[in-house]
Amino acid sequence: MRSPDPRSCTVALSQDEVARLAQLARIDLSPAELAHLAPQLDVILEAVARVTDVATDDVAPTSHPVPMTNVFRADEVHDSLPVDEVLAMAPDREDDRFRVPRILGEEQ
Amino acid sequence: MDASTLITTSAADLAGAIATGEVSSVEVTRAHLDRIAAVDGAVHAFLSVDEEGALAQAAAVDARIAAGERPGPLAGVPLALKDVLAQKGVPTTAGSKILEGWRPPYNATVTQRLLDAGVVILGKTNMDEFAMGSSTENSAYGPTHNPWDFTRVPGGSGGGSAAALAAFEAPLAIGTDTGGSIRQPAAFTGTVGVKPTYGGTSRFGQIALASSLDQPGPCGRTVLDTALLHEVIAGHDPKDQTSLDAPVPPVVAAARAGDVRGLRVGVVTELGGEGYAPEVEANFRATVDLLAELGAEVVEVSCPTFEYALAAYYLILPSEASSNLARFDAMRYGLRVGDDGTRSTEQVMALSREAGFGAEVKRRIIIGTYALSAGYRDAYYGSAQKVRTLVQQDFTAAFARADVLVSPTTPTAAFRLGERLDDPMAMYLNDLCTIPTNLAGNAAGSFPTGLTGDGLPIGFHVMAPHRADDRLYRVGAALERALTDRWGGPLLNRVPDPATTTEVTR
Repeated sequence: MRSPDPRSCTVALSQDEVARLAQLARIDLSPAELAHLAPQLDVILEAVARVTDVATDDVAPTSHPVPMTNVFRADEVHDSLPVDEVLAMAPDREDDRFRVPRILGEEQ
Repeated sequence: MDASTLITTSAADLAGAIATGEVSSVEVTRAHLDRIAAVDGAVHAFLSVDEEGALAQAAAVDARIAAGERPGPLAGVPLALKDVLAQKGVPTTAGSKILEGWRPPYNATVTQRLLDAGVVILGKTNMDEFAMGSSTENSAYGPTHNPWDFTRVPGGSGGGSAAALAAFEAPLAIGTDTGGSIRQPAAFTGTVGVKPTYGGTSRFGQIALASSLDQPGPCGRTVLDTALLHEVIAGHDPKDQTSLDAPVPPVVAAARAGDVRGLRVGVVTELGGEGYAPEVEANFRATVDLLAELGAEVVEVSCPTFEYALAAYYLILPSEASSNLARFDAMRYGLRVGDDGTRSTEQVMALSREAGFGAEVKRRIIIGTYALSAGYRDAYYGSAQKVRTLVQQDFTAAFARADVLVSPTTPTAAFRLGERLDDPMAMYLNDLCTIPTNLAGNAAGSFPTGLTGDGLPIGFHVMAPHRADDRLYRVGAALERALTDRWGGPLLNRVPDPATTTEVTR
């Protein structure tokens, strides 16, 4: 991807760049979707880039509408959700565990 | 009461009739299930109907009342629950194929509070996938149709909940509001919808879209019904770190009073003018004049950074959504595709998410991934968070001059199905008036104030400071009282009967 300029967010996302983002997001987009999405994303990103117009250095960012404080619950033993009920919704299981596909890909 | 009376009676009156034994909850529930069977093929407000569960809940309420209990002010009244809230053992999909058939092993706090209060849950309502949308056309299960005109959208993302009310399939509904998903559908369907102050209702068990913006809230056909539901679901929840540990504002008392004398009403200069339909503007001005007639003091207020709120929202939302939706990875629940022993976890994740997510979800996840990627984070996400600060400062200044702020809920009335599907920016502009409150966490609501020449509802948007949700109900109830008199009955008396409207093929 191009090197970013925080003061100038004008973009022109190529299909290759959208494919790279989709890979990062773990979505296997088809070529037709890439061709359809790339121009739409361009329009959206161009529109939202206006935030830099007023986001000057003297403005503090706000991540949340109310002040956030960490909340600790009492360190007490409770029953967890029933294992069978949770695993009943799993795509696959083996004994009392979730069964997942192999971890290593071709490149490993 | 006959069946047609049961489905048109307010929730407050139904609860009263059930409590005194005039009618049973089972009879009321049966009447609504029959109505759903008769009209939902055309409306498509529901994704699933839990007939057996609803009748069992109703019978339990009847038994409690027969035993001399008074289980609560909405006990025995049916409700439609947005499919984004977990209900134990009942399909919960968030409108997505990736969760098709998933039955949660637990209840959301909102769901649990409804059940504890004896509210009868009829089923789960249609919605834009993962609450991403302004029309309920992004549902993986097909769109909901607006009962006022089946060729129009009911709004989104909670179009199913709003349409269920307008089609008399349920007297109460629950929505969730991230950028207007309760209020905009309320405006498009002539119903009432309130987004409580952020933290006022628990998000535990709500399938998260954007955690700093999402908020469950009540939907109803009358202001009092909505307030009663608000009190049932609101209040501190230790399971939600963002839940406010503070008393619930006196919303029911405010709805009963409906008095705006002396209330300072601020008209937001920036939420009107160019881009707003003339009929919407005219209705808004007439409603402001009505509030003045009713004794409110009207002032103009300026919120100059609201014009950047939409852009900030459409960076913050996808950023949080891309993170929240990472949990749909085909490992512990939901759809799994391509697990034939030859593919890695990563490949199965990518194939499953490709197959399970719809176009709008993919669009927003990719924008979020981009906005949070190395080097772009400060420019996009960081700048958007600064705009959020500025929007909050605008609200603070405006609320120093006015007790509530008002605007149209939406720039236009309901648009046609399909009209904006390929133009995401046109779709996003619908949320122009509702988004600032989500960024700042304020309370806000939409109340029906009229119809366009085409017979489509128009909503009036009221915004209140944090924890002052009761002010919304004061304004809403005053308007409802005055306008019902003028109209000679509730606006929803004029909705066409779906049974006599040409059925739309989905």
